[in-house]
Amino acid sequence: MTPDNADASEAIDSPEEQNSNKKRDNLSLTPVAWVSILIIVFWVVVAVFAPVLAPFDKADMVSFESFKVVDEASFLGTDYLGRDVLSRIIYGARMTLGLALIATLISFTTGIVLGFVAAISPGWIDQVLSRTVDAIMAFPSIMLALIIIGGVGTSLPVVILTVALIDATRVFRLSRALALDASVMDYVVVARARGEGVNWIMLHEILPNTITPLAAEFGVRYTFAILFISSLSFLGLGVQPPGADWGVMVKENLQGLLYGAPAALIPAACIGTISVAINLLVDWFLHRSSVMIPEELTG
Amino acid sequence: MTGLIFRRLAIGLVTMWAVSLLVFASTEILPGDVAESILGKEAPDDVIAAMRERLGLNEPAHVRYWDWLSGLFVGDLGVSLGSGREISELIDDRLWNTVRLASVTAIIAVPLAVILGLISAMRAGTVMDRSISIGTLCMISLPEFFVAALLVYVFAVQLRWLPALPIVRPDQSLWSSLTSIVLPVMTLTFAVLAHMARMTRNAVINVLSSAYVEMALLKGVPNWRIILFHAFPNALSPIINVIALNLAYLVAGVVIVETAFGYPGLARLMVDAVGTRDVPLVQACGMIFCATYVLLNLLADVLSILSNPRLRTQK
Repeated sequence: MTPDNADASEAIDSPEEQNSNKKRDNLSLTPVAWVSILIIVFWVVVAVFAPVLAPFDKADMVSFESFKVVDEASFLGTDYLGRDVLSRIIYGARMTLGLALIATLISFTTGIVLGFVAAISPGWIDQVLSRTVDAIMAFPSIMLALIIIGGVGTSLPVVILTVALIDATRVFRLSRALALDASVMDYVVVARARGEGVNWIMLHEILPNTITPLAAEFGVRYTFAILFISSLSFLGLGVQPPGADWGVMVKENLQGLLYGAPAALIPAACIGTISVAINLLVDWFLHRSSVMIPEELTG
Repeated sequence: MTGLIFRRLAIGLVTMWAVSLLVFASTEILPGDVAESILGKEAPDDVIAAMRERLGLNEPAHVRYWDWLSGLFVGDLGVSLGSGREISELIDDRLWNTVRLASVTAIIAVPLAVILGLISAMRAGTVMDRSISIGTLCMISLPEFFVAALLVYVFAVQLRWLPALPIVRPDQSLWSSLTSIVLPVMTLTFAVLAHMARMTRNAVINVLSSAYVEMALLKGVPNWRIILFHAFPNALSPIINVIALNLAYLVAGVVIVETAFGYPGLARLMVDAVGTRDVPLVQACGMIFCATYVLLNLLADVLSILSNPRLRTQK
């Protein structure tokens, strides 16, 4: 992190910072970026190889004592039902990271497709899509989720789709703005003049030229999905026991905190590590590359 | 200017209407209906029919929407399914508890965030700025319930300085009502501070890079004068905007914080209502939160129109 790097991601129009954007991408890894990557790789490995790594099954009661602290059998102690916290963390990684990934993939596919369509279609399609997105974004995201879940009831598909919907509105705005910029570029005009179809232009001209900021946004939205799904689980409205993601684990063990059992802090800290790591990596990327995402679109 | 403000107010009104429509529609989108999903698929037909009758589900959707909307205007929020009590009665105390939590947080968080943002902007590019930037980024990345759990663990369990669960009673002394909300307020401050500080920094940096600031710099105006008399008045409009937007973050923050601390506020009432599928109560609470959010955004826009001379003179 050299101090002369201006905050490119957050500059809106400042001429000084725009100049700094003109310099070549410098994607050498800083120590912060290294640590972030290590943390992310660690959790991915844990999630993928959960059954191999976990000493116990996530539902096994390994002890009759709840909120037992560390000993040889259970490295991180036991939870409120005497289940092994470590094993549940390992399986929870799968649930937390997996659900968020599915939601983010859905939101990106729909968000990007609709955003591009809005940008290069006739005005009324853009109007309809943009005003709908405006209406959805007029809700605080957690309220929208509560209202939908209140109306429909909770289940994994509902949670995933709700998070995907909320995320998709943000992706829509960003990809529409990026595509609008790209669509007036010479290469798109030339492609149109060549007689290429709309789909071809979106896939071969606009997508490759907007992929870098979209990749950065993927990181931001993925952390949002992790935090959001965990929060819903924490509220008791996301993953339902006996299924367990990290949010559920915090909720289940929160009472234990009052007796001095830190079992609730561990899953919460896990969520913290992965989301801090991803955000710092995205931050590093935005500083070091020439990508610029307008602040009002990242929120 | 008045034209511009009226236009913004009109947009706000349309947004409110769209929000009310979406809140109402959320109960319509599910296959089957609310009565069936409350009672379960195995419930006998006559019970479901009675529930439909009780909920007024036999009316066409637009009639029910109209009834519901006109009820909102006169403060008739309907009847809670869970307890059978008037919703307005249930909400009363809860609403004030939430307002108190949010306003105490705002009083602490807003000045703190503006100061942090200003420091960061004045030292843009330095190690101090980068540390604040990375620090606030980490704060944004941490889930509110982690902060809540950590604070309880440290201050209530280990140090025993503060009560872990806020006790809110009408008869309690001012001091005990203050100490009981310290931890929720700290958590909520933590949640909104980072966003607000980052956005303030950007707003000020934006102004600092403008030509008149450079001019002032070149003519040898001292730094503090530039910040206070050249940059700050011009950054005021974006900063006001940031503050109003972040008060809106509070709306989201209170949901987690109230649940984490068992604080008897409106958000907790709503979460419980969602859990028990008390649809009218969810709608009423949702409408209050969303209306607040829309109004704060509206306020932000109107204030920034008022504080910007260029917009003020626009026809």
